[in-house]
Amino acid sequence: MAKGVGNPSYRKRTAYQAALLGGMALFASAALVLGDLSTRDAIAERRAEDLKASLAQVVPVNLHDNDMLADTLSLPDGQGERLFYRARLQGRTTAVAFQTIGYGYSGAIVLVMGVDRDGRVLGVRVISHAETPGLGDRIELTKSEWIRGFDRLSLGDPPPAAWAVKKDGGRFDQFTGATITPRAVVGAVRAGLEFFNAHRDVILADEPTALSERTP
Amino acid sequence: MSIDYRRITRDGLWENNVVFSQMLALCPLLAVTSTATNGLGLGLATTFVLVCSGLVIALFRHIITPEVRIPVFVLLIAAIVTLVDMAMNAWLHELHKVLGLFIPLIVTNCAILGRAEAFASRNPVRAAAMDGLMMGLGFTLALVALGGVREVLGQATLFANASDLLGESFGFLETTLIGDYRGFLLMALPPGGFLVTGFLLAGKRRLEARRGARVTQAAATAAGQ
Repeated sequence: MAKGVGNPSYRKRTAYQAALLGGMALFASAALVLGDLSTRDAIAERRAEDLKASLAQVVPVNLHDNDMLADTLSLPDGQGERLFYRARLQGRTTAVAFQTIGYGYSGAIVLVMGVDRDGRVLGVRVISHAETPGLGDRIELTKSEWIRGFDRLSLGDPPPAAWAVKKDGGRFDQFTGATITPRAVVGAVRAGLEFFNAHRDVILADEPTALSERTP
Repeated sequence: MSIDYRRITRDGLWENNVVFSQMLALCPLLAVTSTATNGLGLGLATTFVLVCSGLVIALFRHIITPEVRIPVFVLLIAAIVTLVDMAMNAWLHELHKVLGLFIPLIVTNCAILGRAEAFASRNPVRAAAMDGLMMGLGFTLALVALGGVREVLGQATLFANASDLLGESFGFLETTLIGDYRGFLLMALPPGGFLVTGFLLAGKRRLEARRGARVTQAAATAAGQ
């Protein structure tokens, strides 16, 4: 094997090794900084597009004329902050979209749901999950229509006791071989609605001053 | 020293294949190959990282001393993978959504460190890039083969969602073999990956054993004359 240069004695010194490691670290960091600078904007844009696309699935476009991404409200829930994206039509809040999380068979199932002024579900979609493929993944719209079963429901319709899978005495279907996943989703949607009802007045407040700042 | 590109090609694709001979990179292999499309995506991303890491490490091979070579290789590989991750997130977003989870895993893919150590640090830049390309293609081949078998057995489709990965023009790759197939869940789960890997490995060994026998036979007859 041609090793090129031999092995001069200075290369044995600790100082050379340290300088080499430091130099490589500097080189790698410089490359990363350049990479970050040139991709940051594009990545933020893609993320916003993704979010917008999922919001559009749970809040119909004819319900708002504002930019939902820019019109947010954050409220403290048990563990942290919960972010609400408000849909407004001529300044009046018509619906909100927010995230809700359920814990399924293998970790968190992140959902986004839209709720109108009356507390009715406009739509629920799964953002991310790690459920068993072929069993639990039927909560995705691409695999099954099951998730549409929440549309137009509210906490009073059906009554609270029916907000569970059939196995637990509720009205929602479980999947063959997978009860934990749908149970987690039903629970998460129900918890989302309960949070909405508890903070309804704050969420739906029109905040005229804040609005005039945002839409000149 | 002349570089034997044919030897590098043969080693990477078949004789010294990352998966089927070196038995490296089995973790990402089993994790992503539930469909052929996922396998292809991760394979191509890994190939790209292998070529880049081979290039950079061969470029620096004269100044890297044996004492600190491992941290230097790890640093360079991690930086390259992070760059690939960012670039894909920005410009190949759809693909990134499918593979996003697995890109950071490439750092832990021991095949890359293995090639840096065994080849790139001892060979000129062009040979190292070629070796990276061929090892990567060999890995891709293994991923697609495994993904294809698991997908056909598990869901009776082949290259489902390929248009998300390669663009609309590759939609023709998507085939459904049996409509209304009930699915064979085991194949979609990790145990299916182990099983199929085992069978593919056995298949390769058998092919080689048969070829080896033919060669010895030919040699014996030649010696007899």
